Amino acid sequence: MEPLPEKPEFQCQRVSGRRVQIRFSGAWTIGAAIPDFQDLPTAIGDSDQTERVAFDTTRLTGWDSQFLAFLLKIYHHSQTANIQLEDEGLPDGVRRMLHLAMAVPERQGARRGAARESPLVRAGRMAESSWQAVVSGLVFTGEVSASFIRTITGRTRFPWRDFGVLLQNCGSQALPIISLISVLVGLILAFVGAVQLEMFGAQIFVANLVGLAMAREMGAMMAAIIMAGRTGAAFAAQLGTMQVNEEIDALVTMGISPTDYLVLPRMLALVLMLPLLCIYANLMGILGGVIVGTGLLDLPLKQYLVQTQAAVGLGDFLVGVVKSAIFGVIVAMAGCMRGMQCGRSAMAVGAAATSAVVTAIVYIIVADAVITVICDIIGV
Amino acid sequence: MTEVQAHIVVEDLTMAYGDFVIQRDLDFTIDRGDIFIIMGGSGCGKSTLLRHFIGLKSPAKGRVLYENVSFWEADLHTQESLMRRMGVLYQSGALWSSMTLAENVALALKEYTSLRPKDIQEIVSLKLALVGLAGFEDFYPSEISGGMRKRAGLARAMALDPEILFFDEPSAGLDPISAKLLDDLILEIRESLGATIVVVTHELASIFDIGNNSVFLDPETKTMIATGDPKRLLAESEDPRVVRFLTRGKESRNGQAA
Repeated sequence: MEPLPEKPEFQCQRVSGRRVQIRFSGAWTIGAAIPDFQDLPTAIGDSDQTERVAFDTTRLTGWDSQFLAFLLKIYHHSQTANIQLEDEGLPDGVRRMLHLAMAVPERQGARRGAARESPLVRAGRMAESSWQAVVSGLVFTGEVSASFIRTITGRTRFPWRDFGVLLQNCGSQALPIISLISVLVGLILAFVGAVQLEMFGAQIFVANLVGLAMAREMGAMMAAIIMAGRTGAAFAAQLGTMQVNEEIDALVTMGISPTDYLVLPRMLALVLMLPLLCIYANLMGILGGVIVGTGLLDLPLKQYLVQTQAAVGLGDFLVGVVKSAIFGVIVAMAGCMRGMQCGRSAMAVGAAATSAVVTAIVYIIVADAVITVICDIIGV
Repeated sequence: MTEVQAHIVVEDLTMAYGDFVIQRDLDFTIDRGDIFIIMGGSGCGKSTLLRHFIGLKSPAKGRVLYENVSFWEADLHTQESLMRRMGVLYQSGALWSSMTLAENVALALKEYTSLRPKDIQEIVSLKLALVGLAGFEDFYPSEISGGMRKRAGLARAMALDPEILFFDEPSAGLDPISAKLLDDLILEIRESLGATIVVVTHELASIFDIGNNSVFLDPETKTMIATGDPKRLLAESEDPRVVRFLTRGKESRNGQAA
């Protein structure tokens, strides 16, 4: 007896007038390079030439899902071409698996077609969803405001213990990273300034530059961006996971408003802590300036500090602090809103955290620009 | 014979997500003290129906009446007081993961009663003991097994001695013995507290063991196709879909082992 072939192949033979037999040979397993299906329909011919198709698998040495998928294609072809199939020639296991695969007819409309929509339809959908995003943002803001009023009028119990933990989380635990970033920002500002000002022999004005830049802009902005990445994302992930685990539903059905119990404490904690972090960031930034001023430019420490004190007024500090309170609202709102709107999957939690950070940073920059223009107009 | 009162009435209810209708024309009554089973194949809207009962999703059409008060037409205050009389055991337990078991059970008591902390602690210990979790007060939900989480969820649902308890697939993910123990617990709660119990499940053993009334939702026709005692449905239903479900896929009830 000749050795059985390894290479998967098929041959079509016309055994009688209107009957075609497909002979499979070799190992039809996953990983093997099986023949192209496209040649088969022409080999079988259409229903005018062929009425029945039979199979011969005596030379088939192995089969798995690869073979079944190929046979399934033949079955689908035979249905559209109106040709009868005789499955007696197939191995028992193959026959049973094929019956299983075809037992439940494909549910109409279940398959998600990659149907291309016209650009107009897509634009319409985008407009609709962005309008919905605006509405849900407004609804969320309204809910938080109502919850704030309920809380300060004492009509709902405030979770003081959670609030304490949150304060710690949004406050003291953020100090190391705020210190590092702010000192570095102060250093960088001082460096950039020093190079330029040295040309005029006006190194001492590095103190003005760093002091004003930190107090009015960079302190608030850096603190807010750090908190958006650190705490805003954490809020979104916490609330999102609670949404996935039905924990939020459990609160609602117990008659406890998740806005009162989860969102408001987080917002208040961040809004209270961010101005404090901003003041701290200002001081750290000035420290960075001091390091460059005394270390690199050989300015006396006392002179640097006196210059800073003269340059930075209380008003400048207050601008930064007010900004940071507004940024606090933005970061907390973005984090909590994305968390509460989170879908019910692990993917959705990740998306909520990402979107919380992106939303917060975009609105921080926009708000900063608006406030700077307003300050310019009213002359603060 | 004692008079039975209707506790929950569902009238002409249609449930939908946007334009996608889940179930329509639902009409049935749950009597006081019933253990009412919501059953049907996967994806037929059992859990969605539960969400309509517990105030998480509003109906597209129709009403849900609690002792003649229409939940979704009532004002917020009435809705809250109705919800306070319900307890829900979620499929995964849905314990608040940042709190210990004791804090989970205690939250509703703190929120709605003026009990002293010491009294609350005693009630919490009692509830946890009832579900076989005495001594686990200070454990966090992530530190206990799935079956224990479910029982802790039940302790939390029972915290305020609710008149109605809802169970979402109580035996899903439990071994047969734990599932049986949970069924026994459900029966015990009905007997001792006189609560009305609504269970979403497709576990046949549970359905026949504990249920005395039911509704059968069909995903194909998108409506209810049977209602009544599941044992009676098994014996008398003419509908092949119901018989098939209740006999675990056998075509007729004759195929059922005695």
